[in-house]
Amino acid sequence: MKIQRLGLVASVALVGSLALSACGSDNNASGSGSSDTASGSSSNASAADCGPDGGGTLNAEGSSAQKNAIEEAISSFQDKCSGTTVNYNPSGSGAGIKQFIAGQVDFAGSDSALKKTEKDGKIEADEAAKYCGSPAWNLPMVTGPIAVAYNVKGVDKLVLTPEVTANIFNGKITTWNDPAIAKVNSGVTLPSQPIKVFFRSDESGTTENFTKYLKAAAPNAWTAEPGKAWTGKGEGKQKSDGVAGAVKSTEGGITYAEWSYAKDNSLGIAQIDNGAGPVELTGDSVGKAVAAAKPDGEGNDLRLKLDYATKEAGAYPILLVTYEIVCSKGKDAKKAELTKAFLKHFASEETQKSLEEIGYAPLPAEVQAKVETAIGALS
Amino acid sequence: MSTVTGVSVADTPGPDDRGPQGDRASTGRAGDRVFSGLATGSGALVIALVTLVGVFLLWQAIPAIADDKDNFFLSRAWDVNDTSNLRFGIVELLWTTVVASTIAMLIAVPVGVCVALFITQYSPRWLARPAASLVDLLAAVPSIIYGFWGIKTFGPKYQPFQDFLLDKLGWFPLFSKTSVSGTGTILFIGIVLAIMILPIVTALSREVFAQTPVAHKEGALALGATKWEMIRTAVLPFGRPGVISAAMLALGRALGETIAVTIIVSALAPGTKWSWSLLNGGETFASRIANNAQEFDSPAKTGAFIAAGLVLFVLTFVVNAIARIVIERRKAFTE
Repeated sequence: MKIQRLGLVASVALVGSLALSACGSDNNASGSGSSDTASGSSSNASAADCGPDGGGTLNAEGSSAQKNAIEEAISSFQDKCSGTTVNYNPSGSGAGIKQFIAGQVDFAGSDSALKKTEKDGKIEADEAAKYCGSPAWNLPMVTGPIAVAYNVKGVDKLVLTPEVTANIFNGKITTWNDPAIAKVNSGVTLPSQPIKVFFRSDESGTTENFTKYLKAAAPNAWTAEPGKAWTGKGEGKQKSDGVAGAVKSTEGGITYAEWSYAKDNSLGIAQIDNGAGPVELTGDSVGKAVAAAKPDGEGNDLRLKLDYATKEAGAYPILLVTYEIVCSKGKDAKKAELTKAFLKHFASEETQKSLEEIGYAPLPAEVQAKVETAIGALS
Repeated sequence: MSTVTGVSVADTPGPDDRGPQGDRASTGRAGDRVFSGLATGSGALVIALVTLVGVFLLWQAIPAIADDKDNFFLSRAWDVNDTSNLRFGIVELLWTTVVASTIAMLIAVPVGVCVALFITQYSPRWLARPAASLVDLLAAVPSIIYGFWGIKTFGPKYQPFQDFLLDKLGWFPLFSKTSVSGTGTILFIGIVLAIMILPIVTALSREVFAQTPVAHKEGALALGATKWEMIRTAVLPFGRPGVISAAMLALGRALGETIAVTIIVSALAPGTKWSWSLLNGGETFASRIANNAQEFDSPAKTGAFIAAGLVLFVLTFVVNAIARIVIERRKAFTE
């Protein structure tokens, strides 16, 4: 009896699994068939733009600051080139570089170029070159301006100088009608409210770039070393979402956050006056600052040295540049070709323009041209 | 072969009429062997898992603690980016974790026990079941939902209460004014945690209260006890060990709760003045680890966070051990 029952169960399971697997293989066949034809037709249309015939999959990992930008680029790339898949895991710059060096991903996204100084007995740039068997290149791809966002009733326009900003964020200026703020905002009625500073409680590239700016532009007021962990005063909230949300719900609040978060929460965005007059945060003003950055790498390794203290008129100085880190000579020819195609799409004028709507600034023309040359030289 | 359920080969007399053999009947058959093997294996697996987690934590944490330039238990600093100069300590994390969990327990245990008593003793039968399932449903809400609900919906409602505390009781150190403005306070986390652990306390207490022998209850009533006296003399003493284990299980969840706390809490800037206030911000062990997990880029830094995790592990272990001892003691008294 028992054996019979077991047999019954087993046979039901067997029939079931056969039936299921039959369905499965059917689907697979039709699925792969259709994608074959699709990719075939698209590769006819624009063979050079979509990488190798038959598509393929790219895996990338890294900076969460460029997450929205790269997702936008991925979706338009996949629309254009069916049969290709690009996965991006926004696990943080450090993790991305680590995975890249370990050969787990095809390229990495990072808030900062590969370091050339030693840390824990390792030099990132050398480790990456060792893995690639050729120098690894840093290609600036996305520029994300950092907004100084505030919530003060009745104040639609606020101008801040580096000193004032630094003193607000290190707790020396504590009320909105402080003479130092009033001095650079003549004609604006400032309330006597206390200033509530919010910072990122998680370690982030945004904090690092913001403190780098404060340190470079106001070295006397901001004495702490720039870093991913916050060193000023205030109240910490988790991620950009947390700080922007906190400012929105707290009158008198101020924080630093990526542009898109300030826009989405309709917070006031301060104009920054580095010495050449107040500059509003726009795609153009950010582009000017990126164009003013000095190249810091050799040849096609396009690491940029941002001049946070720039006095160039109309340049918005607080921004971060995220890089895509790739092997200059790919290990796997097919993957390299696909990487090249995707990065070319990402750097194209059209894609860069589409990023402005989601809170990033497009690469300025000069930098974009250099990036395209570098991508052309990838092999 | 015609079979009668429950009759095994061992029960049918053998050729030499020796009759059933007890030993072989209980251990000799494949089913018995398989099941006892599975049960023993599962037990061993759990022990092995816990031991391995402990070993892993120790393994990763010890080098970092050895490199720590500050006192690991007393320092308030958390400066782990410069790997040649690690400075970190857990005292703030310990304070926030323990205080928030204590607040949660102070609210959730009495309320949970009362809910359980209502469901098992007071409510009419038609209400008891739906009420019980509703409370259980609370346990199924993911903690990230509690976090968002806390910050978006409950927070604004709670704010006036906190303002009232600040205004009227601000002279008392536990409610003194701090740099934290909104609802990211230890007290608020405690309240949200209380709601999260309420179903655990309720569900387990309900089970034990429901098992109070009817003879005890009827005995109490027959001796002239009112309903409350019956509960006090029959139900509560019977259920006490169960309530204690429920509370400990809940405390374990409160201590380790991560996402909801991370979303709600306001972290303190480094160098903020120490305050005993419940209206201060802070980070718990779990929230600090979760908040920074994306940037673990060097083994030394990771080690520092794992060391914090180790303390949480030990803390939970100690709390559970104390609970075990308490339960054993109670048993000795009641039996």
